[in-house]
Amino acid sequence: MKCRRCENKASIHMRQHKLALCKEHYLEWIPEQTARFIKKYEMFTPDEKILVAVSGGKDSLSLWDILVRLGYQADGLYLGLGIDEGINYSHESQRLTEKFAKENNLKLHVVDIEKEYGNSIPVLADISYRGHGKPCAVCGLAKRHEMNRIARDFGYDVLATGHNLDDEAAVLFGNTLNWSSEYLIRQGPVLPGSDGLARKVKPLCRFYEREMTAYAIMRGVEYIYDECPFADGSQSIFYKETLNQLETTRPGAKLIFYLNFLEAKKSGKLFIEKNERQSQLHPCPKCGQPTSTPDFCSFCRMIEKAASEK
Amino acid sequence: MVAKLILRDKVYEVRPGMSLLDALKKSNIVPESVIAVRDGEMITDDEILRSGDEIKLVAVISGGSSDSHLCEAPCG
Repeated sequence: MKCRRCENKASIHMRQHKLALCKEHYLEWIPEQTARFIKKYEMFTPDEKILVAVSGGKDSLSLWDILVRLGYQADGLYLGLGIDEGINYSHESQRLTEKFAKENNLKLHVVDIEKEYGNSIPVLADISYRGHGKPCAVCGLAKRHEMNRIARDFGYDVLATGHNLDDEAAVLFGNTLNWSSEYLIRQGPVLPGSDGLARKVKPLCRFYEREMTAYAIMRGVEYIYDECPFADGSQSIFYKETLNQLETTRPGAKLIFYLNFLEAKKSGKLFIEKNERQSQLHPCPKCGQPTSTPDFCSFCRMIEKAASEK
Repeated sequence: MVAKLILRDKVYEVRPGMSLLDALKKSNIVPESVIAVRDGEMITDDEILRSGDEIKLVAVISGGSSDSHLCEAPCG
């Protein structure tokens, strides 16, 4: 198979685009497309400060790499979750993230949840019972809280995460199966900011997970290959595998599923947006971040509960 | 001689002469879920496997929250 842009041998074939590219042209194509999506979805401008949530995984490190190559002011935020489970997961992911930042002369904020709040994510999950045996819900809550806190405290205009199309399609699939309209209405490449809440964007949302893996390999980005030990058996992995089976027989199915959803949402054919939730937000008395719960926000309540159980 | 596909710690042996795509399907590996690397270079799925080939398959799926709507930053 030949590269579409030159006659050299192709390194990757993207069936959903009917496009094959060699390594050189693929490494050009990915940032070109990213720049196109940033513009199309009005994610951010070149003069805005971007905080990239980096986990040491292929998507977040690749995102950071791409944004820097495109000339954006992008710093990183790594959250130390305290996940070990016998494979030193958090330690290794932090090592790789710090290595990437150092090699590329990039600024990296590191927040260790246990040092900051007294307990690691798995311990907080045990104490709060929020995760019902798995810390994923606690992990998500902590990430949301800390990403916003650092963005606010250090004056960043926008938060960027490495969600790829497979992530988006799996979430969309799960929320559609359950008809979780509150979550469906919020899903998209951009979550606008508001008082106290940073704008959140997903510049990689139209790239397949396979494409981002290829990018990381071709760029020589060293990322953590091991899965989060708590990801085993997760619904989202099951949904991704299911969608990949569909994609194998129907190339482009995942992309069409996601893009047509965005189009239907934009056209107003799916939902009528309500503004009621926004008017019910107030600053948490402890951390100052917006919350809809009556007293402290969910994150501060969880930390208080954990501290009182010690 | 055979050609080998290596995915994490599992080795799949296939007859040389078939395409990578056919080899993946015969081994019940979803092509969309892996990237194939031979001798340090990525290969496309029309590549014909040779005797003695050792194809490293890189799994692309990264883990996520079981509460998918709550995962604000992906685990990958």
